[in-house]
Parts: sequence; C-alpha cells; structure tokens
Amino acid sequence: MTPATVRVKVWQRRDRKSQLAIWAAWLIATAIFVACFHLISEKTIWDFVWDAPAQAGDLGARMVPPDWKYIHQLWRPLWDTLNIATIGTLMSIVLAVPVAYCAARNTTPSVTFVRPIALFIIVSSRSINSLIWALMLVTIVGPGVFAGIISIGIRSIGFCAKLLYEAIEEIDEAQVEAVRATGASAAQTTVYGIVPQVMPAFAGISVFRWDINIRESTVLGLVGAGGIGLELNAAITQLYWTQVSLMLLVIIGAVVVGEWVSAKVRHAII
Amino acid sequence: MSIALEPPRTWKKPPLIKRAWLRWILGLGAALYLALAFGTIDVNWHRVWEGLPRGAQFIKAFFPPDFISRWDEIAEGIAESLWMTVVSTVVGIAISIPVGIGAARNIAPAPVYYFCRGILSVSRSFQEVILAIFFVKLFGFGPFAGFVTLSFATIGFYGKLLAEDIEDMDANQAEAVRATGASWLQWINFGVQPQVMPRMIGLGLYRLDINFRESAVVGIVGGGGIGATLNTAFDRYEFDSAAAIVLIIIAIVMLVEYSSGFLRRWVQ
Repeated sequence: MTPATVRVKVWQRRDRKSQLAIWAAWLIATAIFVACFHLISEKTIWDFVWDAPAQAGDLGARMVPPDWKYIHQLWRPLWDTLNIATIGTLMSIVLAVPVAYCAARNTTPSVTFVRPIALFIIVSSRSINSLIWALMLVTIVGPGVFAGIISIGIRSIGFCAKLLYEAIEEIDEAQVEAVRATGASAAQTTVYGIVPQVMPAFAGISVFRWDINIRESTVLGLVGAGGIGLELNAAITQLYWTQVSLMLLVIIGAVVVGEWVSAKVRHAII
Repeated sequence: MSIALEPPRTWKKPPLIKRAWLRWILGLGAALYLALAFGTIDVNWHRVWEGLPRGAQFIKAFFPPDFISRWDEIAEGIAESLWMTVVSTVVGIAISIPVGIGAARNIAPAPVYYFCRGILSVSRSFQEVILAIFFVKLFGFGPFAGFVTLSFATIGFYGKLLAEDIEDMDANQAEAVRATGASWLQWINFGVQPQVMPRMIGLGLYRLDINFRESAVVGIVGGGGIGATLNTAFDRYEFDSAAAIVLIIIAIVMLVEYSSGFLRRWVQ
C-alpha cells in the first residue's frame, strides 16, 4: 500500500474566483489611469514641468520678506471678505430653511411634486462652485461685494438645506405626535414639535458653513467679486510678490481664526 | 384656615441660550455688526439695474441651451476635466495613504506624526484656486497644473480623514494580528487596513466627486478643463453655450453622486 499524499492547505485570504476578480478590477483601473495620464501628458509642455523646481525657488526668493507695510491697505478688503462670508451665509440660511422643509420626507407638502423641485434646487446649487456663480453674477450685477454675497449665498443653499433636511428627517416623531395631540395647528406643530429638535443641528450647520465660506470668499475677488482676492489678483498680475506673500499669510490667519471660532461655537452648542 | 393661592404660572418657551447676559451681548453684537456691515457695503444699484436685462437674457439662455455651436470645445473641456479628476484622485489618494498613516497618533512615532500633520495642514489651509494660480505659474497653462492642484488638495482631505479613521479603529484586532508575529507591513495590511477600508472607499468616491467639481474651477485661472471653456463663454457673452456647460456639469455631478452612492452601498 502506498501512503496517501498529504496535501497541506495554505491559508489564503480569498478564494481563487474573487482573487481573480480583484486582479481584473485592478488591471482595468490601472489601464484607465494610464490612459488618462497619457492624455494629460500630451497636452503638457514637459520642459516647463522640469523647469518648475527652479521656478519655484525663484518665486520663493522673490516672496521673502513679506511687505509688512502693505498690511494697512488690507484691512478694508479683509472686512469686505468677512462681510461676504457672513451676509452670504445669513442669506443662504434664510433661503435654505423653506427648501429643507420642502425636501424633508416628513414635512414636505407633497412628495411627488414639491420634493423633487426642492431636491433639484439643492443639487444644482451644490454642483456649481461659488467661483462659477461669482463669474456669472459679475457679468450680471457688475463687479463688487454684492456679486460675492449673492454667489456665496446661492452656493450655500444646497449645503445648508441638504444637512438641514437630513436633520429634519431624523427627528423623533413621538414628540411631534405629542404636540399634535394637544390640538396644535400645523404651524404650531412645526414651531413646538420640530423646530426645537433641529435647532442645535441648524446652528451647527450655519456656523460650519460660515467657516467654509470665509475660505471661499477669499478667492471670489479673482473674478471681480470683491474681498481680498481682488487685491491678491492685482498683486499677482503686477508681480508684487512681497505683497502676495503677505496676503497669503493674512488669508491663512483669517482661515485659522474662522475655523477656531466655528469650532468653539459648535462645541458650545453640542 | 386659608389656603395661600399661588399665582397661576404661564409656560414660556425656554430660550436657546440660557444665560441672559450672554443672550443680550450676542444679540447686541450681531445687530451692531450687521449695521456696520450693511453700512459699508457699497452696492452700485445703478449697475445692478442695468445688468438685470442681461440676467434675464442669461436665464432665457437656458431655454434652450446651445449645445451645438461650441460642442467641440465643450466636449474637449469636459474630457479634460474627467481625465484630470481621475488622475488627480488616484495620485492624491496614493500619496495620502503613507501621509495619513504617518499622521495617526496611535501608529506613528512623534516626529513622523508632527511632520505628516504639518503636510496635511499646509495642504488644507489654501483654497484650490490659490494653489492653482501658483501651479499654473510653475507648470505653465494646461491640465497638468490642474492635476497637481487637485492632487495636492486631495492629500489634505483624504490624509486627514484616513488618519482620524485609523485613530478611531479597534486596537484589539490590530493587537491580535501583531500577536501572531506579523511584520509591520503585514500588521498594517491585515490588522489596520480591513478596519478602515469600507469607509475609505466611500470617501475616495466622494473625493472623486469633489475633484470633478473643483476641476471646473481651476480652469478659470488657467488650469485646464471645463472651467476654461466656461470662462471663455462668459467673456464672449455666449450665455447659451455657458448655460449648456452649466447643465452638463450639474448632470455629471448628479451622475457621479448617484453612482458613488450605489457603489458605496455595494461595498459595505
């Protein structure tokens, strides 16, 4: 009798079939990536790319030291930037509340008719960047802070309304039911049953968006919509690199302060 | 014996901010700020009024938008944006994995941790558009500058979330893998990676979506993609072509969002 050959089974993470499927997915993904990169590289002048480190060094040398005296001319644009972010956020909140109310499945007046419209408003406002909104509004209402405020406002509706309607959908229905059982009207049910439940989320969302909007409003000036971006663009086109570096520092400062304030406020609320 | 009657109490809604003085200070501060802010915004109402017909024209251009007369440029711009999105998401995520692992406090030693956190905060503090301006200066006009910008922005976003996810992981599972005598790489691969993978795939798809949206913007400052086409359309006052581009962007974003939601559910 011959001894039976003992086959030692080695542990494998996946069986053969799923392993093959994973390899195939990797192959396809790599092929797509390489094809895309090839198309980009065809449109690239590689000499410029290889030259970039030298250029970066040159630019860096021109940017130091920052032109600190210039800061006195920056307070006004900085104030404008803050106003664009804040008033834009206020505007978006005012507009986002009814949109969110119509988009939430449990409060919408009509699921088949009103809700899709509200969802479409949310998606279209979210998919277009504020800089593109600013580009459109500058051609319509003219350059300046006003165009910036409106573009920030329109852009933020989608964000605020989306988070708010998700918050409304997650409320505790029992509380609403209890308020309704006292004989409250529809408006009273909303005010005493729904609003107190979503209020903390609402305040948190607004502050969070305000923080994002500070960041976004620093660049709106590049297309003429006011704020510090206007000065930044002017300095870059006139090659005043020492002013540019100062403005970059100021922008970082503003963003950090905004983030700090928003974190503090959200911490206090939640 | 008389019973002292308490005066009837009426219920009042509890205020959002409990401390009265804080409530008053915040209210007054907000009113003061708004008065100052509205006082210093100078709106040129004359110009706004003049622009309204143009606005009406723009809205009218959506019915119907003009896809045809600039179709070649639009198609090229969209294609460029899509390549940029794919390449920058892949490269950005590939770079952000080591950075993110290095920025997780429970895995990395202190010097590595601070170095990687530094990279992440630098990448996160600048807007994509500001980065794009500089990269266009360095690499010349075209999609390469846009690709570098988006990759750089992806590192900050993805690396930070990856680091936070690794910090939140279940240490016991990782410990168990280590106890079998696994090497560091095996430990990461079998102890850490399976725990963070599902969420990270979802976030990667989300970032793909963001990168497409941002790729429409970097073009405005010369970074290639659909933004350049859109900017040209506005400069020429061709609102019907611009409307077509805006609609295409919305459609693609919706498509990506929908399919990424589907993919995420399938992965989890």
